[in-house]
Formats: sequence, structure tokens, C-alpha cells
Amino acid sequence: MLEYMWLIPLFPFIGFLINGLLGRRLGKGVVSVVGPSAIGLSFLTSILIFFELINKPSTERIFEKVLFDWIVSGSFQTVIGYQIDPLSILMALVVTGVSFFIHIYSVGYMHDDPGFTRFFTYLNLFVFMMLNLILANNFLLMFVGWEGVGLCSYLLIGFWYEKDSAANAGKKAFIVNRVGDFGFILGMFLIFINLGTLDFTDAFGSANKLDTATATAIALLLFVGACGKSAQIPLYVWLPDAMEGPTPVSSLIHAATMVTAGVYMVARCNVLYNMAPIAMAVVAIVGVATAIFTASIGFCQYDIKKILAYSTISQLGYMFVAVGVGAYAAGIFHLMTHAFFKGLLFLGAGSVMHAMSGELDIRKMGALRKKIPITFATFFIATLAIAGVPGLSGFFSKDEILWMAFSSGRGHFLIWLVAAVAAGMTAFYMFRALFMTFFGESRVDHHVAHHIHESPKVMTIPLMVLAVLSIVGGYVGIPHVLGGANHIHEFLAPVVGGTAEPVKAQAMFSLISEAWAAGGGSGDHSAALELFLMAVSVVIALIGIGIAYFLYLKNPGLPKMLAEKWSGLYRLVSNKYYVDELYQVLFVNSLKKFGTGLWKGFDEFVIDGTVNGIAYFIGWLSGVMRKMQTGLVQNYAFSIVLGGLILAVYYIMRAFL
Amino acid sequence: MAENFGILFQWLIFLGVAFVSIVASLLVITRKNPIHSALLMVLTLLCVAVLYVLLHSPFIAIIQVIVYAGAIVMLIVFVIMLLDLETELRSKLKISYSKVIGGFVAVLFLFGILYTVVAKSPTGQTGSYTPEKMATNVKAVGEALFTDYVFPFEIAAILLTVAIIGAVILSKKRT
Amino acid sequence: MWVVPTIPPALYLMLSGILFTIGVIGVLTRRNAIVVFISIELMLNAVNLTFITFSRFLQSIDGVIFAFFVMAVAAAEAAVGLAIFVMLYRSKETINVDEVNLLKW
Repeated sequence: MLEYMWLIPLFPFIGFLINGLLGRRLGKGVVSVVGPSAIGLSFLTSILIFFELINKPSTERIFEKVLFDWIVSGSFQTVIGYQIDPLSILMALVVTGVSFFIHIYSVGYMHDDPGFTRFFTYLNLFVFMMLNLILANNFLLMFVGWEGVGLCSYLLIGFWYEKDSAANAGKKAFIVNRVGDFGFILGMFLIFINLGTLDFTDAFGSANKLDTATATAIALLLFVGACGKSAQIPLYVWLPDAMEGPTPVSSLIHAATMVTAGVYMVARCNVLYNMAPIAMAVVAIVGVATAIFTASIGFCQYDIKKILAYSTISQLGYMFVAVGVGAYAAGIFHLMTHAFFKGLLFLGAGSVMHAMSGELDIRKMGALRKKIPITFATFFIATLAIAGVPGLSGFFSKDEILWMAFSSGRGHFLIWLVAAVAAGMTAFYMFRALFMTFFGESRVDHHVAHHIHESPKVMTIPLMVLAVLSIVGGYVGIPHVLGGANHIHEFLAPVVGGTAEPVKAQAMFSLISEAWAAGGGSGDHSAALELFLMAVSVVIALIGIGIAYFLYLKNPGLPKMLAEKWSGLYRLVSNKYYVDELYQVLFVNSLKKFGTGLWKGFDEFVIDGTVNGIAYFIGWLSGVMRKMQTGLVQNYAFSIVLGGLILAVYYIMRAFL
Repeated sequence: MAENFGILFQWLIFLGVAFVSIVASLLVITRKNPIHSALLMVLTLLCVAVLYVLLHSPFIAIIQVIVYAGAIVMLIVFVIMLLDLETELRSKLKISYSKVIGGFVAVLFLFGILYTVVAKSPTGQTGSYTPEKMATNVKAVGEALFTDYVFPFEIAAILLTVAIIGAVILSKKRT
Repeated sequence: MWVVPTIPPALYLMLSGILFTIGVIGVLTRRNAIVVFISIELMLNAVNLTFITFSRFLQSIDGVIFAFFVMAVAAAEAAVGLAIFVMLYRSKETINVDEVNLLKW
């Protein structure tokens, strides 16, 4: 089956073609089968290839298949080729699996939408592009996928294009992504100039030729691209606006797959990043700053999808913390579990909106848990997972990241501290959303209350599947301390290498060792420290949940009083720290003025002026020249004689002088 | 001695005919009445025919008299008679600016020709038609016309046919 | 013995040039179309004279043949040209070349 790895992207592409070209004629029924089944076949192929890969020894798990030569131009040669190794097959499984369930969900969610066919066309195209990104064996094909998912994101965010806000959100997403892509392109240029190739195996194989400065530059430029795609500071502003798109889009693209492309890219280029410690520090710092910054914005949001959007940005920050401290496997692990529970959260939000006839303000919801029980149950499981409650998947992945942030050779105590606080904040605002939506008094509008109903099976079954995955998905990464084998770490090790040694632990240990000695603790030191930190993060999560419970269930009036007491701070946070307005003033307005200036000053005045001027000049010249046509024969005869005279003079000159 | 007289006689004829032809052609272009112009044209043509005889081409001289002076000028006179040109005769001879320039350019042209003729005597490849051969003029011309130049001859015939047909069609009255 | 030189060809050519120039002046100056036509014939005659002169002094028959053809063409041209004048007079009642200028700008 490995020979046929190119089938994985091919199925969604065929689905895209069928839905795109023939969808209208085939009708909704066929389209709703073709779309999900294309992804389903892709998923099946990925599973078969995965099992085949596992059966091989761990050192032989890298396979490449070149389909054809793409660009052959002098010394620059690129191919269309796919690479299957543990990292890419894991990503492919996550992407195809989660999108398969989201496709099935969409069949129910988008059922009444007139753009049904268009939706599935775009979704299939998106999965095709994402698979290209993941399975590519060179930077250029990855970039094609990178841009392609950006394009599909634009198409899908602006799906309801008649709405101004949706069209603008699509444009914003594409433009901000483009800023990031510019950095990515510059990084690719540097790679090609210095290493002469864009192929992964060749580039990483010869990467030790680079000096640190060049490697840092490349790593930072590639990271700029990742900031754009994965919504980190300062290029995160497009993701909350992207909630204008349909909810399955938010779930698939902006939770599970596209936004994780940046993390995947950094993990893939781990060779380069390992050579540039400064770049890794930047990655980790940006990641943790984003995590806590956007978590704080989530405190005051009322739109349920926007809360989830900010939470996504925050969790992406965690993933970048992981890859920034060298724990690539941990980052990918969190990527996987995040795909499960965040995808589930979004689908659950969509189910709530479906029940509430499109309402998304959580101030107008409440006490829904008896009315939409399945949605409630799955949403609750996902919220537990994201908060990091032990036993669910989120706990294992988040904890791995926190431990690595503390103990890895490139980690730092401060990073751990900020990340832990952000984890507490995550627990708080997620449970705030849960309590305000499903518990408490019903604040539902009268008309809406009559129509509240559970979603159809085609929507609830994916919810249940993802809920199961949110629980058990973490068991592949149970760390050694708790007795597990950390399978995922072993699985990814050939590609991303083992993590840096927990050197720091020994140094910190001296501070804590007194306390332990007093308590009589013994055993493996770093294991003890790890367990301690694990307990700390669980306690922080429980504190967050407790505060949310206190503020939103016990004393529902308290939040309002607090908001009025600190009204300035409240306004600042609920307006997202005015970042959008700041960008508008700093960048958008000046660029718009520049563009208008170029348009009026250069395009209209110079270019149009030149072209029109030439035309006007020719008109004037012909107006002068046509006076020669007098219509009188004798004038024409005169010009003949004149011409003859000139010729005669010429010949006389030539012959006699 | 006798040749001297002959050549002297030729000179006299030449000078006289040349003078008459120049005067006649000047009058051709300045007469108001077109009939006068046509008749003076006949005089010029006859003078030129005499010059052809002086140049040992009696054949062309006869053809000139028959075709040019006989047919063409007669055609012109017919057309002048056909059209009513009374109003033309009464109008004055306007000399406009552009025509003066035209005349001036023509005179310049003349200077060019004269210079060419004076600066170098006409030389070239001498052909094979010696004066003895050219004595039987018609025979010599006929020989050349129907062997070397038979194709242009046929074309000229077609041209004349076409001209006749064209003239007939052009002057038909539209009914 | 004093020998009178034969008439040099240069004189014939000068005469031909003068006749040609007079013809050109006539073409450019006169208003009456018939007179313009006559001037054109004058020009053709001048050229014929040149040809015959050269044929005589270079002992070639080509000049004579060419003059012959010039005359044939002049005849054809006269026929067609005068037919056109007749048509022109029919439609415009005038033969004045200054008034036949419909093709102007």
C-alpha cells in the first residue's frame, strides 16, 4: 500500500472535481455521499499505510515517492513527491479522520443551505491542499499546500458572501496570512541559496553546512509564516473574525487542521531549529505570550464561537511553546488531542446554534442541558479535556508540554509559570462558557425556546465519536512516570529526535530537595519533580473550574458587579485590547492611503496620461497631416514632380560630384 | 563640300524646327482657348516628326504624324467641341501661389537636365543596329518587334482593346 | 578642309528637356483639364525624342521600339482619359480641375 501513498491526496481531489464540475447536476444526495466518502477513502488508505509502517522496524520508516518532475530549470529542480514517515502519517491520520467526521456532520448542518454543493467542493479542495502540505517531500510543494489552504480558508470563511462581514473576514484572513507567507517565501529563498535544494531529505541532510546566523534567519522567517497560518502574535487577528464562516468550517479549518500547519512545519524543520537556539527561544516566548494574552481575552467574550476561537489561539500558543523548547513530539501530541477536543467543541457549538435557531450569544442561553442532552454530554467531555482534567487526553498532552517547558535544556522556569497560569485561565473561561450555556437559569428568548431540539443523528454521531477520542486519544502518550510507554514519543522519534535532556531538573532540584527531604521523598529525582509539577497543574485547573463555578453558578450577579467596579479594565479586555483598532491606525490606513496615492498619482496620471497622451498626439498629428489631401490633382502632380526632382538631384550628385 | 552642305542644311532645319517647336509649345500652355492649344499642339508634333526624320527614323516620324497628330489630337478636338466650354473662356487666368511654386520647381528640373546633358556626353554600349541596317527602317523595326519584343507587342494589343472597351463603357449615358 | 560637325546629341537632349519642362509647367499651371491633358502629351513627346536620339547615337533599336510602345499607350490613354472628361462634364458641368476636389480632407 505504501506504493500508493499518492492516493491519499488524490481521493479528495477527485471528490473536489466531481462536486465542483458535476455537483449541481447530480443533486444534493449524491454530493452528500461523494464528499464524505472521498475523505473516508483517504482515511482508510492512511490507516492501511499506518499499519504497514508500524510493521517495519523503527529505523526504516521513511518512504518517498516521486510522482513526476515539476520544475527543471538549470540548477533549480523540484519534483511532485510525497513522503511517508511517522510525522506525516500521524498528521494525515488526524486530518483525514477528523475531517471525515466533520464532513458527515456538515451533511446535517448545511442541509438547508443553498450553497450545499459549493460547500462540499471547497471542503474537499481544502483537504486535498492540506494533505499536500503534510505529505509533501519538498518545501515548494508544501508551500503550494500552504497557500492552497489559505485560499480555501478565504473561500469558506466568506462562504455566505452576501454578508458584508463575512466577505470582509475572508479578505482579512487571506491578507494577514499573506503577510506570514511572505516570511515563509523569504525563508525558502534562503534555504535554496544556501543549500541549493528545496527537498526535505537533501536540505536537512546538508543543513550542518549552515552557520548559526543563517540558520537563525531561516528559522525566524519560516516562523513568521507559521505565525500567520497558526495565528500567533502579531498575526492572530484574522482567526476570531473567521468565525463568520459556517461552524463546520471553524471546526475543521480553524481548530483541527489548517491552523496546525505552522506547528507541523516547525516540527518538520526541527533540524534547522535545533541549530538556532535564539529562534527557538523566540518561538517559545511568542507561543507562551500568545497563550496567556488570548486566554485573557476569552474572559469577556460573549459569542460562543469567539470564545472557542480565542481558546484555539491560546492552545496553538501551547503547541509553539512545546516546539520552542525542543519537545517536538509533545507539540504534535497536543496538536492531535487538540484536534479532537477543539473540533468537538466547535461541532458542539454548532449543535447548540442549530438547536437555538442560530443564536450564539451565551448571555441568551442557559439551562440547556436537559433539552439537548447529547450535545451537552459531549461538550462537557470536551471542556474537561481542554481544562486538563486528569484521565482525558488533554491532560496528558498539556502536561507533557508543561513538563518539557520546565525541564528541557531550552526551557525555562518562567515559561512554565506563565503557561501554567494560562492553563488555569483556560479552565476558567471554558467552564464559564459551559456554565452559562448549559447550566443556571434559562435566559433563552421566548420564540427560540419553543424550537429547541436535539440535532439529528447525522450530527450527533460525529460528536460522540470525537468525544470518545477526546477521552482515549491521550492514552498513546502516557508518560513514563505514570507507567505508560509514551508510545507517541517513540513513534515520532526517528523524525523529530529525542527531546533535549532534562538537565535543568537537576539544578532546580536543589531548591525543592530540602522540602522533599523533610518529607522523606526519594526515588528518581526528575520523576518526582515531574509528578509534582503534574499535581500543580491539576490544582491550577481545579482552581480555575472552582472560580468559574463560584462566579457563574453560585453568584450569577457577581460578574456584573465586578465588571462595573473595574469598568476600565473590563472595557479594555472585552474590546480585545483594541488590537484591531491599533492595526487599523498603524497599517491599514496608511497602506490604503499609499494605495490610493499610487492609484491616483501614478496609475491614473502617469500611465493613463501617457497612453491617452500618445493617442491624443497621434490624433493631433493626423489632423495636421490630413491637410495635405486637398483633392486637387495638380497638387498631387506637384508632389510627384518634387519627388522626381529630389531623386534626380540625388543621382546627379552621385554621378557627377 | 557636298557633305558640308548637307550637314549645314541639317543644322538649319534643326535650328528652325527647334525654335518653332519651342515657341509653339509655349503658346500651347498659355492660350486661353483650348482649340488654339490643340492646333498649336499639332504644330509642335509636326516639328517633332521632322526631328525624327533628322534622326534617321522615318518610320517613327510617319507613325507620329498618323497616330499623334492625326488620331489623338483629333480626338481631343472632338471632345473640346462636344463640351460646352463657353463659360471657361470668359474666366480669367488666375495665377495662384502654389502654381508659381510648381513652375519654379519645373524650372529647377530643367536646370538639372541641362546640367546632366552638358556635363557628360551620352555614351553607352553601342548596339548592333548600324546606320546601314537602319536605312531600311521599317524592316529593321519589324524584325526587332516580332522577334525580341513580341510579348510586349501582344500586351500592347490587349491594352488597346481594353482601352477601347473602357472608353465605350465610360461614356455611355446612364439610362 | 573645314568640316561641319554633325548635330551633337546633346542638343537634341536639351531640346527634349526644354519641351518636357514646358509640359510640366503646363500640367501644374492650367485650370482647364483638356489643356492639362495636352501638356501631358507634350511631355510624352519630349521623352520619345530622347529615346530616338539615343537609339540613333548608340546604334540600338530598343529606343525605337520603346518610342513605338509609348505612342500606343498614349493612344489608349487618350481614349480613356477623354471618356472620363466627358463623364466628368456630364456630372459636374465643368472641366475646371480646381473644382474636382471631392476627395479632400
